Amino acid sequence: MTQPSNLSSPAQIDDIRPPLTSIGVIGWIKSNLFNGLFNSVLTLVTFFFLCKIVPPLIRWIFIDSLWSSTSTECRSASGACWSIISANYRFILFGFFPYELQWRPLSAMILLIGLLLISRHRRMWSKTLFYAWTAGLFFMAVLMKGGIFGLAPVESTQWGGLPLTFLLAVFGLAAAYPLGVLLALGRRSRMPAIKLLSIIYIEMIRGVPLVSLLFMSAVIFPLFLPEGLTINKILRAQAAIIMFTAAYIAEVVRGGLQGIAKGQYEAAESLGLNYVQTMRLIILPQALKIVIPPSVSILISAFKDTSLVVIIGLYDILKTTQTTLANPSWMGFSREAFFFLSCIYFVCCYTMSNYSRKLEKEL
Amino acid sequence: MNPIDPPEAGAIIEIIDMHKWYGDFHVLRGIDLTIQKGERIVICGPSGSGKSTLIRCINRLEEHQRGKIIVDGTELTNNIKNIEKIRAEVGMVFQHFNLFPHLTILENLTIGPVWVRKIPRVEAEKTAMYYLEKVHIAEQAKKYPGQLSGGQQQRVAIARSLCMKPNIMLFDEPTSALDPEMVKEVLDVMISLAQEGMTMIVVSHEMGFAKSVAHRVLFMDFGQIVESNTPEAFFENPQHERTQLFLSQILH
Repeated sequence: MTQPSNLSSPAQIDDIRPPLTSIGVIGWIKSNLFNGLFNSVLTLVTFFFLCKIVPPLIRWIFIDSLWSSTSTECRSASGACWSIISANYRFILFGFFPYELQWRPLSAMILLIGLLLISRHRRMWSKTLFYAWTAGLFFMAVLMKGGIFGLAPVESTQWGGLPLTFLLAVFGLAAAYPLGVLLALGRRSRMPAIKLLSIIYIEMIRGVPLVSLLFMSAVIFPLFLPEGLTINKILRAQAAIIMFTAAYIAEVVRGGLQGIAKGQYEAAESLGLNYVQTMRLIILPQALKIVIPPSVSILISAFKDTSLVVIIGLYDILKTTQTTLANPSWMGFSREAFFFLSCIYFVCCYTMSNYSRKLEKEL
Repeated sequence: MNPIDPPEAGAIIEIIDMHKWYGDFHVLRGIDLTIQKGERIVICGPSGSGKSTLIRCINRLEEHQRGKIIVDGTELTNNIKNIEKIRAEVGMVFQHFNLFPHLTILENLTIGPVWVRKIPRVEAEKTAMYYLEKVHIAEQAKKYPGQLSGGQQQRVAIARSLCMKPNIMLFDEPTSALDPEMVKEVLDVMISLAQEGMTMIVVSHEMGFAKSVAHRVLFMDFGQIVESNTPEAFFENPQHERTQLFLSQILH
């Protein structure tokens, strides 16, 4: 059998460029927007609506809008009244924290965001970073609460706005994750008592809405405490959020644990690793990686759920925004106020999901 | 290498009237087996005959329900400390390698010594490199298991067990998940291990391997050891008719 000579030396075949209509801009438009009758119609309809919507929206946001004016001027303008934000941003962001002391929650937040940004990079994870967090948390507490270093004390009932949202979210999520992992391990435990307790906990917490947990923490829980003993309301809300989120994390992590082949457990055990070592070194690193996408979904929804603390009278950023809108002179500008609020939430949530994608690639 | 007579250095594994059930299914029915230090045993038999289960009982990956298993002077009971001690003494190589995919080859090899034997990392890495040399893949140390071929992964798995400096090595069908051209590289490593006098229990159908290195070949069927003999006698003159049938099927 003889082979055609051009098969043995592929270099002899001249490269031919693909047809012009399948590459470049034209190719992209053709294959993505106009491949087939249905998609062509869909493209044109979408384009029509975009033309209808986008220009007026831009006019409203940027061109006809007022950025720093009184509310009376705003009422006669046709565009957005961003003045509600510029006039009230300090109340929206910091709530009832004493006006002249608001640099303190601001610095606490900058400290927190700085630490979070540094912790983004896995190569920065070290003992030093751990100490930095410990020190950072201490200073954040001092800045918020005051009372030492010559800082005027501020009652936690006066905390509010974005720092409160961050406080509930960051500590809620940081505590809920390890608790959730423990619950997931507990639910898969061979010890019946631990398994049963984990199942009861997870199913009970998942069976009630967060709102009812928050009510319980705010209204019912204090009834069980002895006279005179009170536990900070924020702390109670925090505990409710942690308990709630942990139950969801637990189920997601359990899914990840089930995805690990039995052979991994056997290999670890046959090396003589004990249960804790097997889990910590072999199983959890693999399982938690699998469940990054669903965990981040839970973390994002938990972050947004912190806004439910309004129902027990805490002034998180949603409540301070609503309170601003209750002011007669700024009444009616809710579109602008909630647009601003949405932007803040979006930035936070988008950052989280971006980071999770990065982490997924790195691990 | 011709198998010599089994060494008489004293028993390292003693199994006495051992039974195991999976639910109602009686997998192992009265196993009696004594293995001498330095002895090399190949176990063969049809699938479902209990041969894998038998060696998995030796390091307690499976629990037996009746009888006794004594490994290196320690009886296997529910005592978790004893189990962990025995597991550290007994190396195990699996059919599907079971390397840890999230760790590099080097980390796969050092994790046992560092965490179980509490050996300093630097020293553990030195030992690991020594064994990687020995299985001829030192240059892959920084890679991850997924980047290696099946044969290479199995050699890493053998090296991982050796890093624990085990007294006994168990092999559970170490070549049956490999592409044919990779079987030899793994068997070569096992043969060189045999030449150093390691106590080995190998579940395998590699009859060439059995002939060249085993002191004894066991044939298992229906959860029992049907026949136990030297390789020559086993292959030339099988006593039991089930053994004869089995051999005729695999040797064609």
